[in-house]
Amino acid sequence: MAEVKVFGAWGSPFSKRVEMGLKLKGVEYEYIEEDLKNKSTLLLKYNPVHKKIPVLVHNGKPISESLVILEYIDEAWEGPNILPKDPYERAKARFWAKFIDEKCVPPMWKACWSIGEEREKAKEEASEALKFLENEINGQKFFGGDTIGLVDIAANFIGYWFPITEEIVGLELMTQDKYPNLSKWAYEYCNCSFVKENLPPNDKLVEIFKGIIQAQPASN
Amino acid sequence: MLDEVILLDAYFSMFGMRVRIALAEKGVEYEYREQNLLNKGQYLLEMNPIHKKIPVLIHNGKPICESLIIVEYIDEVWKNNPLLPSDPYQRAQARFWADFIDKKVNDAGKRIWYMKGEQQQAAKEEFIEALQLLETELGDKPYFGGDKFGFVDLALIPFYCWFHAYETFGNFSTEEHCPKLIEWAERCEKIESVSKSLACPIKVYEFVLILKKKYGVK
Repeated sequence: MAEVKVFGAWGSPFSKRVEMGLKLKGVEYEYIEEDLKNKSTLLLKYNPVHKKIPVLVHNGKPISESLVILEYIDEAWEGPNILPKDPYERAKARFWAKFIDEKCVPPMWKACWSIGEEREKAKEEASEALKFLENEINGQKFFGGDTIGLVDIAANFIGYWFPITEEIVGLELMTQDKYPNLSKWAYEYCNCSFVKENLPPNDKLVEIFKGIIQAQPASN
Repeated sequence: MLDEVILLDAYFSMFGMRVRIALAEKGVEYEYREQNLLNKGQYLLEMNPIHKKIPVLIHNGKPICESLIIVEYIDEVWKNNPLLPSDPYQRAQARFWADFIDKKVNDAGKRIWYMKGEQQQAAKEEFIEALQLLETELGDKPYFGGDKFGFVDLALIPFYCWFHAYETFGNFSTEEHCPKLIEWAERCEKIESVSKSLACPIKVYEFVLILKKKYGVK
């Protein structure tokens, strides 16, 4: 019988991506919660290069990097497609997933947790990046079309984590006025039953983020 | 219907070289269009409005951007001489290492010629560490792909023609730290698709001199 394990962290969007991928395919797995301040020997054995979560271990063989893992899940198991079948559409999906990880997430996260000029610069970068995503979603229900796909799963930070963080830190970046399409997508995404079951509890995330604020220097 | 394949590229780009190698490996006929990166053409900006970068592959009018994404596209459209393995786990490993090369080799390499002093030293150490990890991954295999040149080999080999520039500006020898990797690179250079796609190392060095002047890096 196939043995599937996920080494993750409950609050991490990258970790949740992997769980979403497995649940989409109906794959049963064992979840192992990692303490990121005290990483287990097993995690370091399975991901010696980056020493990070998430790691998927399938029949004893580890795979790291959430987008690489999602492509693996799509290829290893039958079930709903995570990536489209057409090569050009696949290239587009990979492009946008990469764009989210490289151009959206870093400045969005930085905009939340920095101050002054650094924050302004990050906000500008994030705004520009989100504009492109806004145009791309363009009235579709999901980036994947009628059903969620790779890009929707990759955009989980944008759909769920970011709006929560934004509110706590008092940032107004992804407003409905500026990003009507993206805001509508986020609503559909977070309310579709499949995704809803697979998100970390709102109140627990709020607690963590408030803790980060309190730990910051008084100049914030 | 005859395929129309256009590649927007720049001679010195390692990322462009990846695509050239992939197209050559598949025997795909295409039109190469050298781009002036200091004065980007309208067509490039139309085909890659988001990043405004090369390489861009345009297949029957449809643009694909980002070198590794282009290579995977090429592998899926032209099924002869596969670049990625067929087994899903091997494919995942290949993608992992290609991603590693993008994150660790490319960034450190650039900082070697772009930075000075402590920052350059740190870049050199990171660069060598990344290559040593890759060398360990290669092990005793002739290629990262096993017996055959494959995706990871293609992702890494273009950086080899930049080594001379890195080594000269950084004052170090890659061969000293990663002899087996250099052997691998020399083995790859014997492959026709590679030898005709890589830029000349001396020309790369001269190009970096121009870049350093342009950015005011001494």
